[in-house]
Amino acid sequence: MAFIDYYSVLGIDKNASEADIKKAYRKQARKYHPDVNPDDKEAELKFKEVNEANEVLSDPEKRKKYDKYGKDWKHADQYEQAGARSGGQQRSQGSTGAGFGGESFGGTDYSDFFESMFGGSGGGFRQGGRSNKFKGQDFNAQLELSIHDAYKTHKQVLTVNGENIRLTIAAGIEDGQIIKIKGKGAQGINGGPNGDLYIKFVINNNTKFTREGNNLYAPIELDLYTAMLGGDIIADTFDGKVKLKVAPETQNGTKVRLKGKGFPVYKKEGEFGDLILTYSIKNPTNLTAEEKMLFEELQKLR
Amino acid sequence: MAQQELILIETLCTHYEIEVSFVDSLYSLGLIEIQTVEKTRFIPEEKVADLEKMIRIHQDLEVNPEGIDVIFNLLQRVDDLKSELAATKNTLKRYKLENQ
Repeated sequence: MAFIDYYSVLGIDKNASEADIKKAYRKQARKYHPDVNPDDKEAELKFKEVNEANEVLSDPEKRKKYDKYGKDWKHADQYEQAGARSGGQQRSQGSTGAGFGGESFGGTDYSDFFESMFGGSGGGFRQGGRSNKFKGQDFNAQLELSIHDAYKTHKQVLTVNGENIRLTIAAGIEDGQIIKIKGKGAQGINGGPNGDLYIKFVINNNTKFTREGNNLYAPIELDLYTAMLGGDIIADTFDGKVKLKVAPETQNGTKVRLKGKGFPVYKKEGEFGDLILTYSIKNPTNLTAEEKMLFEELQKLR
Repeated sequence: MAQQELILIETLCTHYEIEVSFVDSLYSLGLIEIQTVEKTRFIPEEKVADLEKMIRIHQDLEVNPEGIDVIFNLLQRVDDLKSELAATKNTLKRYKLENQ
């Protein structure tokens, strides 16, 4: 367990007045508040630290205790034995004394340092305390799908907080797409509406196809002779194979667009994007003496 | 059309301990939607989460309604840029693969 320098968290010195603390706290809170830093775990952590520092330093009793004993924790860390003993004792005291009422997650938001020093959750952070929620909390879940799953409309059952939720995932769902399921979050407070459930889809793609919107892209190898003389080849599409006619004198990097062979369009049944194949010409290697001679003949003709 | 759930503005103000005038200024800036049914004003249930966010920004960070408007606009831009960045990364990945 590490000592936390609450003064440096707020960027103030030890002699800071109450007004200085308030001002510093406000400044940090504006920077790291979760509502202005959506999906930023680092900011969320920082915000918790800032809140914790403010909770200690803005409360004269807590500040006094921290100023008096806070440093000792640092010493305790250096002199391991003593630290382990006193730390252990106070920690168990803290966790039994705190108790989670179930209405706020305040207790879990504090650092070990805070809990061992001040005995776990006090009144919870401002966020939980002052802005009473009316609408139930929203839940966020993440669902990983393979690109093959995303290609076909399919049903899936998701368990969120013990409740089974049946989902029909339409073909063509995007990587990172978030769908909202109304009312499946936490229950509202004082008759407020329930929170919502937000499911973010993460689509794993380990195929040779790259997806961009509804289009798929893939490289396709072509041997030198077919590229030069033209011919028929079989190309892989996402869910099958297709016969392709290669024009004579096809250049490396030439693209062919196969209409409707791409990814399904989300919620538009029967509509598909395109598949774009890029030819990659493979030159022969390990030429025999005869082959080499023939290439030299060709070279002379040019 | 699905029936829309409406929540009485007074209920919200009591619950969040905010002045009705605060809700009025959010409305006058076009930040929230208010529906009037027989002279009683309501907020659609689906907009409550946004309102809660505005109240938190107002109470926790002491930002006035005009400031909230600026924040919401900037957050929208951040969101747009994030999607654009994700799409660009995807394209770049494809080009890298093609040129390997």
